[in-house]
Amino acid sequence: MKILVCVKQVPDTTDIKWTENNTMQREGVESIINPFDLYAIEHAVNLKKQISDSVVTVLTMGPMQAESMLRKAIAMGCDDAVLLSDKKFAGADTYATGKTIAAAIKNKLSDYDLIICGQFAIDGDTAQTGPSIASQLDIPQVTFVKALERCDGKSLYAIRELEEGMETVKVEFPTLICVLQGSEDPIRPTIAGTIKAQNSSVTVYTMEDIGLDEAGIKASPTYVSKAFRPEHNRGECTYCQTYASLAQKIKEYVNE
Amino acid sequence: MSKIMIYAEVTRDNYLHTVVFELAYKAQKLAEKLDSADVSALLICKCGLGENFKEAFMNSGFDNVYIVENDRYTHYSTELYSKAAIEIIKEVQPDIVLIGATTQGRDLAPRISSSLHTGLTADCTGLDINENGKLAATRPTFGGKLMATILCKTLPQMATVRPKVFKPSPENIVKNTNFIYKDFEIADIKRKVEFIDFSANLRNEINELDSAEIIVAGGRGMKNEEGFELLKQLADVLDGTIGASRDAVEMGLAPQSAQIGQTGKTVTPKLYIACGISGAIQHLVGMQEANRIVAINADKDAPIFEVCDCGIVGDAFEIIPKLIEELKK
Repeated sequence: MKILVCVKQVPDTTDIKWTENNTMQREGVESIINPFDLYAIEHAVNLKKQISDSVVTVLTMGPMQAESMLRKAIAMGCDDAVLLSDKKFAGADTYATGKTIAAAIKNKLSDYDLIICGQFAIDGDTAQTGPSIASQLDIPQVTFVKALERCDGKSLYAIRELEEGMETVKVEFPTLICVLQGSEDPIRPTIAGTIKAQNSSVTVYTMEDIGLDEAGIKASPTYVSKAFRPEHNRGECTYCQTYASLAQKIKEYVNE
Repeated sequence: MSKIMIYAEVTRDNYLHTVVFELAYKAQKLAEKLDSADVSALLICKCGLGENFKEAFMNSGFDNVYIVENDRYTHYSTELYSKAAIEIIKEVQPDIVLIGATTQGRDLAPRISSSLHTGLTADCTGLDINENGKLAATRPTFGGKLMATILCKTLPQMATVRPKVFKPSPENIVKNTNFIYKDFEIADIKRKVEFIDFSANLRNEINELDSAEIIVAGGRGMKNEEGFELLKQLADVLDGTIGASRDAVEMGLAPQSAQIGQTGKTVTPKLYIACGISGAIQHLVGMQEANRIVAINADKDAPIFEVCDCGIVGDAFEIIPKLIEELKK
């Protein structure tokens, strides 16, 4: 079975600071593998253990620095890595990102059974890139997946976490699934994996390599017209010095 | 004339999702800014169900309702629903398409927008019409630390909006709605994703926080079960409901269904009392639209104090019992 895992390099959003001009300070912000994508890697590595002769390829679109993240994914158990990197990919929205990744899969990695993505990326939080890839490959998608069961190399059962409960579906390959956070700690690199990662090569493809004539900001239907720091429209916090004044405020708020 | 289309999501128990009415009222406001627009709904459902919703549509300002009925639509299916939605949108050619950012909407919307080669803005918290008559969709990014207003160069301009971000109309907006039934040949579509089964959450787990007027929420600072017992006592006095931060859920102090924030629920109560919650941005995005926020925290520099109306600095274990006494007076 051939599994592709799509991952994204994101800034650690717990670590974002602001400059004096209210712009986001990007220097010195650490890049990490999108946390949801760790679960995508984990599912892929688990499936590889269950189905003999499986190969897991990790794939990302990003700057050359993303190579170190791909090596980490190899250290966690992926077999090989592909980096889509080209200045022309910059500024892509979810549609253009889906188009680029789908083009790479069609042209260079078409021999796949299953594609696994994280449900969200913590920076953009759109949850759109996975379905966008699936749509442009014209394959079915299963989103909000909490657990995978009964994989036989041709199909699997996916358990989806929805607002009202848990839904089980059976899906035939080829397909794309988007996974939520699992219930346990996500996968970590192993020592053997880390050694392997050091000796692995990462395949890099440019826009021309994957047969696209337009990508990035040029291929994106959406664009950011304005970015700003959120404002809270409530005034300064009123600090209560006594329990009575706190209780008084709460009573006022309840009766508003 | 401009056209705005709303996806009329049907819940698993065969009601129109509340987000449909929230989007309907927002569409009326957008229509005013466009000097009038045709507001339509797209309903995909099993045979006969459309009839049940006609009155609701007529009272919610819809000019046209496109109804696609087939018993193969009994359960939501990405493959079947996206096919119907894409066909209708191609035919009607709306300028704007709005979809609730539910799990169903977030599954369906990108499938539609990618097929139509158009743009989609996820999880918007603000929708407006700019000076050029374009949809200006504002959304939080980077875990809520940055707001971005996004425009779309192609049509339709698509956006998803979470439930409870907008309010439904306070009164009926009565229109002489046209109901237009559409049919597609879908019998030969072979589904690759097969529905196996569904196990529902317990009813009270779902609705309590969504409809709560007063929420008493605890975080890491509530430390242990004793701390959450105090919160329950406070909630009882105020007739409120218990919520929790992700930390508290991970510490096993509250169930997952009580989690508020980016990976949990978005709540908009009248009053939100945050106890021992530092106010990480991932939590704030789930509760900052509450009408009033009160913070109780031992750390005077906790970010929660930047977003609250009133607060008290100190040990929640000391403060809450005293507060309960005062509230009972």
